[in-house]
Amino acid sequence: MSWVNAILQGVFLGGLYALFACGLSLMFGVMRIINLAHGDLAVLGAFLVWWVATQFGVAPVVAAAFALPVMLALGYLLQVTVLTRSLRSGELTPLLTTFGLAIVIQNTLLLVFSPDVRSLGTASPWLTTGSWRITDELTVPYLGLVILLVAVAVLGGLHLVLQHTGFGREMRAAAQDPDTAGLVGVPATAVYARATAIAVGTATIAGTFLALHSTIDPASGPVQLIFAFEAVVIGGLGSLRGTLIGGLVLGVAQTLGAQIDPQYSILAGHLVFLIVLASPQGRLFWRRREAVA
Amino acid sequence: MSLLRAESLTARHGLLPAVREMALEIAEGEIVALVGANGAGKSTLLRTLAGAHPAAGGKIVFDGTDITARPAHQRVALGLALVPEGRRLFPGLTVDENLAVAARRARPGPWKPETVYEAFPALAGLRGQRASGLSGGQQQLTAIARALLTNPRLLLVDEVSLGLSPVAVDGVYESLTGLADRPTLVLVEQDLARALDVADRVICLLEGRVALEAATGSVTREQVTEAYFGLSRRKAA
Amino acid sequence: MTYTVTRSDRASRFGSAGLIATAAILTTVPVFFIATVVQQLTSLFVFVILAVMWNALAGYGGMVSVGQQAFIGFGAYGTVFLTNRDIHPYVAVVLAAVASAILAAILAPLVLRLKGGQFAVGTWVIAEALALLIILDHSLGGGTGVSLRGLNVYSPDDRRSYTYWLALAFLVVLLVAVFLLLRGRTGPGLQAIRDDEEAAASLGVRVWPLKAGLYVLAGFGCGAAGALIMANTLFIEPRSIFGVQWTAYMIFMVLVGGIGTFEGPLFGALLFFAVQYWFADYDAWYLIGLGLTAGAFALFLPHGLWSLVQKRSGLRLLPVGYHLQRDGPGD
Repeated sequence: MSWVNAILQGVFLGGLYALFACGLSLMFGVMRIINLAHGDLAVLGAFLVWWVATQFGVAPVVAAAFALPVMLALGYLLQVTVLTRSLRSGELTPLLTTFGLAIVIQNTLLLVFSPDVRSLGTASPWLTTGSWRITDELTVPYLGLVILLVAVAVLGGLHLVLQHTGFGREMRAAAQDPDTAGLVGVPATAVYARATAIAVGTATIAGTFLALHSTIDPASGPVQLIFAFEAVVIGGLGSLRGTLIGGLVLGVAQTLGAQIDPQYSILAGHLVFLIVLASPQGRLFWRRREAVA
Repeated sequence: MSLLRAESLTARHGLLPAVREMALEIAEGEIVALVGANGAGKSTLLRTLAGAHPAAGGKIVFDGTDITARPAHQRVALGLALVPEGRRLFPGLTVDENLAVAARRARPGPWKPETVYEAFPALAGLRGQRASGLSGGQQQLTAIARALLTNPRLLLVDEVSLGLSPVAVDGVYESLTGLADRPTLVLVEQDLARALDVADRVICLLEGRVALEAATGSVTREQVTEAYFGLSRRKAA
Repeated sequence: MTYTVTRSDRASRFGSAGLIATAAILTTVPVFFIATVVQQLTSLFVFVILAVMWNALAGYGGMVSVGQQAFIGFGAYGTVFLTNRDIHPYVAVVLAAVASAILAAILAPLVLRLKGGQFAVGTWVIAEALALLIILDHSLGGGTGVSLRGLNVYSPDDRRSYTYWLALAFLVVLLVAVFLLLRGRTGPGLQAIRDDEEAAASLGVRVWPLKAGLYVLAGFGCGAAGALIMANTLFIEPRSIFGVQWTAYMIFMVLVGGIGTFEGPLFGALLFFAVQYWFADYDAWYLIGLGLTAGAFALFLPHGLWSLVQKRSGLRLLPVGYHLQRDGPGD
């Protein structure tokens, strides 16, 4: 029974990883770049939420509603100032600039907020500690369920927007051929900036849930980037549906590993990632798709 | 006044000049055939005019506006569109979606998805198909339709008939030249006879320069061929 | 008008001779200088090794690795592991570097399936996984760190000198290896991969063996660097030896010096060493400065400071490329 519970908790944890992975997957799908500052942007967003919540004594939801537009704007600005230029100077440059950005964000947070760990968990205890008891060993935490539902809504909603709206069509067109997009009147730079804004926005949501679920500190970003990346690769790269499944697989792998020995938790996730990498076609069971979907 | 004017326009691939100090004028309403051997600079010229390739020098003026530094999407908004070499459809999008992308930011004008499907009945049955699965002729028609949807005043079409069957070429030309609201056209055409037949004026490029420029009525095929291969210059030298 | 293709000119002949002379002079340092100088120079050599290795990966193979700390940590812990089995520490340093190369050879088929950003994060995941595995092993000190024993048979001065010479030897061997790779038959292929991997492949360049070779070489070099860090500092913690900050340092050195050039990383490592010496106490500000500088160089001066030196003077210290000289008067 405890194994069943471990799988269930893994699914909830996986929802969090899928949320982290969403923006990484989107940016990779649209621009073919891996944003090495993705985890740090998520933690930056979470710190902003935490600061607003503690400074003004508002609930995390209210603080997030304030922080989200700020982070969306930041993502947009990041694209038009740094990433557009990076993309133009070759395949490797975005990696180098986003790695530099990651270091800058981590250490700025360190200067401003000190290395202390913070949590939003105490701000809404009913959400973070409450749970339904199904049986003696099977529980459904409120927060876990909320995170999973939000993850499904965010990734599913984004998938629908990409497939069925003019906004999404432009994004897919610019992803497939940015030069030609320009020739039919679509400014690829602006479309890319919207993608980055959405990526940073979803990262902020993920970071906020991380701060509700456990703790954050200025150095939390890289690990979240790694988990997000593992989710994206396990899910087969470039498809949001795959990313959601990849996140869930990673979460379950970690909780099952922890069930054997808490020390094996993260290692088990790395192991699944490496198995997928080593598998004949570099995927688990999903087809690689070139287009954003 | 001319619709498009280029003054000592230069464009390079790396260090290699592809278009050299070129002067060019296109008048409103005319059909211009652009001919020349491979590597004469036709595609680079069109791409530079459309903003898909940077100009290394000179000036491009469209309807009185200097557009030399404008990005491609702004030129589209002014009414200058290009059907690029190789069609360059968005492969993962359906025909409908390819057209919708162009229609979303189109200038006001006669072309709407419905009118395009009326003008190109061959496309109407393909609306839900992915662009990557279309035949060459279907792709070319879709690419032209997509460009028309931006409601251009000047449409540049690169390699109209490359890779198409003769029947498909006829279809494409019929669709292009017979349009009720036809934009001004600049066509790159390998088939000299067809170029002289369709166009009002022919411009022949040689090594990045204009070797010959004449109304199609006042020039013989032999004269164009000479310019095409640079024979007249060689004779003189 | 005629042209001559040359491989060397006066400057590069002077440069080659100069580097050999520098190495010879450096050999005598422990005889004349105090312990701190010897120890500082040893860590400078380690940084030069790291910069040269990262440049070999990214500058010639187009592989931006964020995970070379896997080999740094593996080399350091390998040295301890072997020393614990009664192998002489200095022999262990060499063997640990070889073991790192073997590890890289095993990992190569896995990580080379990844391109660009995926390669970057993939190598990072491997470094993290390796760190976790090491922490699980309590005979290697677990999460608290481990000391290198067995070097206390030497007096501190002797120990520092031996470690210094070993580091210098590794540095010279690695520089010569990279030089031969660039100068030899592999050179044009490597430069083609750097410029455009797909085009290189279509021209018949055997991309995979070249990239795998670079990856193994970098594994060897970074493993050696880790083993030398161990021998120089005698104590390491897993979190810091497997830390991603090494990658930050490598990127900084290579970008500021000049990516894809032979001389750039040497120059960048010297500069980084000076920066670290003066500013490391400022901690967070120092790292923000590093991040901003690396980003700015990537965007605005992608070929680094060395490219400025080269453009001004046409100076090349080492004859690694081919150069066209016009002989006759121009047309």
